[in-house]
Amino acid sequence: MTETRSYYGQPVIKQPTWKWEVPMYFFTGGVAGASAGLAYLSGLAGNDVLARRAWITAAGAIGVSPPLLISDLGRPARFLNMLRMFKVTSPMSVGSWILSASGTATAVAAVNELTGVLPRASKVARPAAALSGLPLSTYTAALIANTAVPVWHEGRRWLPFVFGSGAALSAGAVAVAVTPVECARPARRLALAAAAVEVASKEVMQRRIGEAGEPYEQGAAGRFGNLSRACIIAGATLLARRGGSSRPLAVVAGGLLCAGALSARMSILKAGYQSAADPKYVVGPQRAAIRRGDRTGSSRRESKLHVIEPAFGSPATAPVQHDALGGQPMAGR
Amino acid sequence: MTLETTSWPSSYGEAAKPRMGFFTDTSVCIGCKACEVACKEWNQVPDSMQGFTGNSYDNTIDLGADTWRHVAFIEQRVPAGVLDGASLVEAVQRGEAVDGGVQTYQEGDGFRWLMASDVCKHCTHAACLEVCPTGALFRTEFGTVVVQEDVCNGCGYCVPACPFGVLDKREDDGRVWKCTLCYDRLKDDMEPACAKACPTNSIQFGELSELRERAEHRLAHLQGAGQQHAQLYLADDDDGVGGAGAFFLLLDKPEVYGLPPDPVDTRRDLGTIWAATGAAALALGAGLAAAVWGGER
Repeated sequence: MTETRSYYGQPVIKQPTWKWEVPMYFFTGGVAGASAGLAYLSGLAGNDVLARRAWITAAGAIGVSPPLLISDLGRPARFLNMLRMFKVTSPMSVGSWILSASGTATAVAAVNELTGVLPRASKVARPAAALSGLPLSTYTAALIANTAVPVWHEGRRWLPFVFGSGAALSAGAVAVAVTPVECARPARRLALAAAAVEVASKEVMQRRIGEAGEPYEQGAAGRFGNLSRACIIAGATLLARRGGSSRPLAVVAGGLLCAGALSARMSILKAGYQSAADPKYVVGPQRAAIRRGDRTGSSRRESKLHVIEPAFGSPATAPVQHDALGGQPMAGR
Repeated sequence: MTLETTSWPSSYGEAAKPRMGFFTDTSVCIGCKACEVACKEWNQVPDSMQGFTGNSYDNTIDLGADTWRHVAFIEQRVPAGVLDGASLVEAVQRGEAVDGGVQTYQEGDGFRWLMASDVCKHCTHAACLEVCPTGALFRTEFGTVVVQEDVCNGCGYCVPACPFGVLDKREDDGRVWKCTLCYDRLKDDMEPACAKACPTNSIQFGELSELRERAEHRLAHLQGAGQQHAQLYLADDDDGVGGAGAFFLLLDKPEVYGLPPDPVDTRRDLGTIWAATGAAALALGAGLAAAVWGGER
């Protein structure tokens, strides 16, 4: 492609202002959401040991999530403004409500699991937590895809699957680490399947978005991406071979997989920042679409006027007499 | 209806005012930065000294939390308003440059200097407003887009949502800030500070429908005078942001001025995004069930 023209190579769009708390929340929110589902279904299937551990995991992970998000706000004291409206056009607004609902339900379910109080409430809370945990695990992908950041916006069809499988991966990984091996079989299956989907879906996304996906290979995003793949492959291999027989090795495998899932989120975040910072990825695809004729762009060289007046030096002195656009004739200023 | 936005004028009923905006005619900008200064003074925007850039006369760098007007300076070796390849000096002698209405050129041998005062576009379809979870960003009765500083909690979502990179967070303050199109002055029937201060009328303020008409004339003048690259930017309803309240007449491609050539409101793809998100959530549920009841392996 031809070289992208820019204004002194400066960014056209702003990089997000989100700090480390946000990718960390993407991880903890995923752990919480998928763990709630795993806990509820394991309970239904009669695996009470796994269910109990997964409920506690879900409650812990969802418990640290609001503090992470609040500390990333520029005005933490105004965190309740997040619930001032419900806007489907804002995945962050939708997510705030999902997190509130899921957090409440998960807390009730976990308290019941630990103490036995709230038996009636937990009958509703358990399925509610499991159900709300699903969008809790994937809405964060909608949040970043719904921006002008090319690498995120172009990946909008795949990002939710990357995030969903990442949630399943990390929930399974925590569960294999905290559950006795004889009860952890579903968690092992979950972690191994999700590991494969996570690595594959991120790879597919990167390839399908073409040039826009280049930032995934560059700088910090590339390093986190490599780290993520290495951790996931090592953790999955260890888990598949020894995870069913040795608890210490299952703990190590779970730790590696969690590190891999978190690194993948870091990689995605960093790729977004890098893609926003380089006008090549913002202007390049826009100009290319105009050149191909797919888009008309935002500028136009032809005047809508048919009558061209003699040239004047300045619009300040140019009288406007024609009523070409259907509006009222106006005086010069 | 043309110029109509998602919540203007409908949600204001009788209280709706005509949609107001800026037409920035960069062909008469002289790069004096009076707009930047007037904006800072009126809106009490903190200083934003970022040092000496070496990028022509531009030390403001970009739009941001503390820079609501930004004058760009572009230096090019392109003879101005000259169709036959004559030097600029010759063109000036023949009166062509002035006849062409282009006054942004330094005298010299074909050196051309583009200057443009950039500002928040007050888009018809404003992504910042749509993604704001608190409702701090809202559409005023004038059809402009304003941040309510007493509501914004600094979540930062609007920052990467804006396809022009206008909004940013003020670090020591925590909230996002941007041009209000002088909402307070508009309420008192005054024009925005930048337009008031502009000595060449490069920044023109008024009813958007009127400004668009004026801009068509100006474009016709410039094209007729041989300025083949003169173009209106964000002046049509059918572009990616539905046109803008602040639109521009440029003398080169938008990206030369640091503007995106085809900005698109991310909301246009929100249906796809939510559909994929829902499908992924269902797939996650199915995966969890399969893991729990997946047999003896």
